[in-house]
Amino acid sequence: MLYRETGDFKSSYATDQQTFPIRSERYLFWGAMVIAFLVVPFFINDYWEKSVLVPLLVWSMAALGLNILTGYCGQVSLGTGGFMAVGAYACYKLMTAFPDLNIFFVVILSGGVTAFVGMLFGLPSLRIKGFYLAVATLAAQFFLVWLFNKVPWFYNYSASGQITAPERTIFGIAVTGASAPPWATYLFCLTLVFLFAWMARNLTRGTLGRSWMAIRDMDIAAEIIGVQPLKAKISAFAVSSFYIGVAGALYFSVWLGAVEPTEAFGINVSFLVLFMVIIGGLGSILGSFLGAAFLTLMPVLLKNVMVGGLGWPTDLAAHFEIMLVGGLIVFFLIVEPHGLAQLWRLVKEKLRLWPFPY
Amino acid sequence: MKLTKLAIVTAMAATVGTTSALADLVFPSLSYRTGPYAAGGIPFADGYADYFTLLNERDGGINGVQARVLECETAYNTQKGVECYESTKGEGSLVYQPLSTGITYQLIPKATADGIPVHSMGYGRTSAANGKVFSHVFNYPGTYWDAASIIVNHILEENGGDINGKKIALVYHNSAYGKEPIRTLEELSKKHGYELSLVPVDHPGQEQKSQWLQIRRDRPDYVLMWGWGVMNQVAVKEAANIRFPMENFIGVWWSGSENDVVPAGEGANGYKAVTFHGVGSDFPIFEDIQKHVVDKGKAAGAGDQIGTVLYNRGLYAAMLAAEAARAAQEIHNTKEITPAQMRDGMEALKIDSARLEELGLGGFGPEINVSCENHGGPGLGAIAQWNATDGTWSLINEFGPADREIIDPLIMEDSTAFAAENNIPERCS
Repeated sequence: MLYRETGDFKSSYATDQQTFPIRSERYLFWGAMVIAFLVVPFFINDYWEKSVLVPLLVWSMAALGLNILTGYCGQVSLGTGGFMAVGAYACYKLMTAFPDLNIFFVVILSGGVTAFVGMLFGLPSLRIKGFYLAVATLAAQFFLVWLFNKVPWFYNYSASGQITAPERTIFGIAVTGASAPPWATYLFCLTLVFLFAWMARNLTRGTLGRSWMAIRDMDIAAEIIGVQPLKAKISAFAVSSFYIGVAGALYFSVWLGAVEPTEAFGINVSFLVLFMVIIGGLGSILGSFLGAAFLTLMPVLLKNVMVGGLGWPTDLAAHFEIMLVGGLIVFFLIVEPHGLAQLWRLVKEKLRLWPFPY
Repeated sequence: MKLTKLAIVTAMAATVGTTSALADLVFPSLSYRTGPYAAGGIPFADGYADYFTLLNERDGGINGVQARVLECETAYNTQKGVECYESTKGEGSLVYQPLSTGITYQLIPKATADGIPVHSMGYGRTSAANGKVFSHVFNYPGTYWDAASIIVNHILEENGGDINGKKIALVYHNSAYGKEPIRTLEELSKKHGYELSLVPVDHPGQEQKSQWLQIRRDRPDYVLMWGWGVMNQVAVKEAANIRFPMENFIGVWWSGSENDVVPAGEGANGYKAVTFHGVGSDFPIFEDIQKHVVDKGKAAGAGDQIGTVLYNRGLYAAMLAAEAARAAQEIHNTKEITPAQMRDGMEALKIDSARLEELGLGGFGPEINVSCENHGGPGLGAIAQWNATDGTWSLINEFGPADREIIDPLIMEDSTAFAAENNIPERCS
C-alpha cells in the first residue's frame, strides 16, 4: 500500500538495474538527501555539528571503508585505528607542507597515502586468513600508532606530540580550525561522504565488487573461475584503506582539530568501527550508516536523556550507558545477526505485502 | 535513525526548557568519575562542587548570586570532552576546567574563538602562561615546567648544589601531558650537567614491568614521574618492588595523592611529590564544609574524599574561580557576569595572604597575582612527602620559585611559534 512496486514499469536495462528500483524508495532517498543538503545546514548549531552530525559522518565513512574490506571481501581487519591515524597524519603533513593546497585535495591525497600503506599491510592476506589475518592487522594498528608517537617528523617536532589542524578554507569559507562555521564543516563532510558512498555502492556491484564477494564466499572456487586473489585482495585493502584514510583526515582536521595518536587512534577505535560494521550489517552500504548511527548517536542520546532529562548523577549515567549499549549490542546480535540493514530489508518485505500478508 | 534524532531533539528541548529561567553563575565541571583516571577525577570533582555548595549555603552565592555547577562526564576522553564543551557552553558557562591536558589542547582554539576562558590549573599547555599570545587561557598558579624546575631545585638542595654527572630518569605518560616537561628537563640538564633518560609508559599504564626493569638496570640516582590515574599507583608499587629508594622518587603534582601511594602500603613510605597548595584538612574552611555541606547532606559524590590531596585541589580550583568571578563583578560593576567579563576578572585576579586567611585557607597556597602578560601565576611549589605509617602527606620545605632564567625563554619561544603559526597579534601593549 505505502510501499509497492505495482505499476512501476521498467523499459530499459538501466532503469531495471538502478540502485533503488522501487519508486517510493527512490523518493525516500532523494527526500533524505534534500533534507540533509538543503535543510539541515540552516538549522545546524555547534552542538549538533561537533557532537552529532560530523561524528556520524566521519564514523560512517570509516565504517564504509571497513565494510568494503570485511563485509564485501571477507578479510577481517583490526587495523582501522592505525589506518585512520595514517590518514590524519598524512593530512597534517600535507596541510603544513603545502599551505596553499585546497583542503579538499589534501583530504583526498591523505586517502591515497593511506591506500598505499593499506596495500602494504594487506600483502600478508595473500598467505594468511581469518583470525590469523586479524592478528596481522592488529600488528599494523600497534606499529602505526607507535610510529606516529615515536618519530617527531610526523608531528613537526612539537613539544607535546600533538598535531593541530591550521585553518583552511574552501571558496573563502573556513572548514577547519576553530572559527569554521558549523554548516561549512557539516556540508564538507556530507559532500565527501555522499560522493564516496555513491562510489562504494557502484564499485561493489561492478566487476571489482563481484570479485571481492567471490573471494569472500569461497576463495578457491573464485580462483578456479578466474578471479585473481592478488588483485582482488590488494584492491580491497587499497579501496578500504582509502576510505578509512579519508575518515581519519576528517576526524582530525574537521571534527577534533587536534589529536594525539595514542588516545585518538587506539585499539578501541578499531573495535568501535568493527562493531559498527557488524551491527549495521556486513556487506551493506546502508548497514555502514546504520551501524555508525547506532554506536555514535545512542551514547549521546542516552546521556542527554539520563543527565539532561532525568537529572541523574553523571557517573551513574555513564556506567548505565556502558551497560545499556553493551546489552543492546548483544540483543541485536541475537535477534538479528545480519545487522540493522537486514532488519530494514525485512521491514521492506513486510511493507510490500502490507496490509494483506500471506 | 530518525526516531533517534527526534528523541535527541526532545531530550535537548527538555534540558534547555528546565534551565534557562534561572539567573546564576554557571561553572561547568568536566569531570571524570569513570574509566582508568577516575581515581584522580572523583576527588577533584567533589572538591570543586563542594566549594560552590559551601558558597551557596553559607553566603548565599557569590555576592548574592547563586553558583551552579554543571557536571559533565568526560572519562578523560577528548571526544567526550568536546561533546561536553559544546553541550554546556550555551548555558552561560563562565570558565572551563577540564582537568585533562588533551582536552585543554582541544579547547584552547575553540574557547578562544567563543570568548570563554579556560583555566588549566597546573596542567594543559605550559606556554599559555604567556598572556600576550593566549588571551583566554590561564594556568596559574604554576605550570609543568615550573614543577620540573622545582623538583630539580629540590634535588640540587639535597646534593649541596652540585648534581653534575647524576643520573635522572623521567617516567612519563606517553601523551601530550607526559611529554610537556621533557624540553625543560633537557635544558636544565645542560645547565646542571645531569644525565637525563626518558622512560615512556603508554596509556593507561597498568603494565610497567619493562620500564622498571630498565630503571633497575640503569640505576638512576633519581626518578621523576609525570603520571596520572592508574599509572601512578602501578609505578609506585613497581618502584617498591625493585626497592628503589622512595625518597629519590619524586612525582609531579598529579602523581602525588593518597590513591597513588596507599596501594603500595609501607613500601611507599618516603615517596615525594611537588605541590602548589597545602595538604591535609587542618584549615578553618573544612569546619564550614562539615557544617554547611556535609551535615546538610549536600556533599558531592560519596562525600568520603574530604581533605585528600586532590579534593583540596578541586576546592582550590573552585576558590580561584569564585574569586575571579568576584573580581569580574567588581570590575564590571554587575552581579551577573558574562564569560568575557569573567576573563577580565581572571586576568585581574589578586589573592594575598590576608584574603586567603579570610577565606579560611590561611597559608594554603602562595599569593597569586595574575596580569595581562603573565597567565602562569607565581609558579611556586613545595615538596610533599608521604608518611605511610600515619597515612599523611606533609610539606618538607617552603613554597619556592622555579628557575625562571630557563623557563621564561622556553615559554617565550613556544608561544611566539604558536602565535606565528596561527597569526595571533600580541596583546597587552
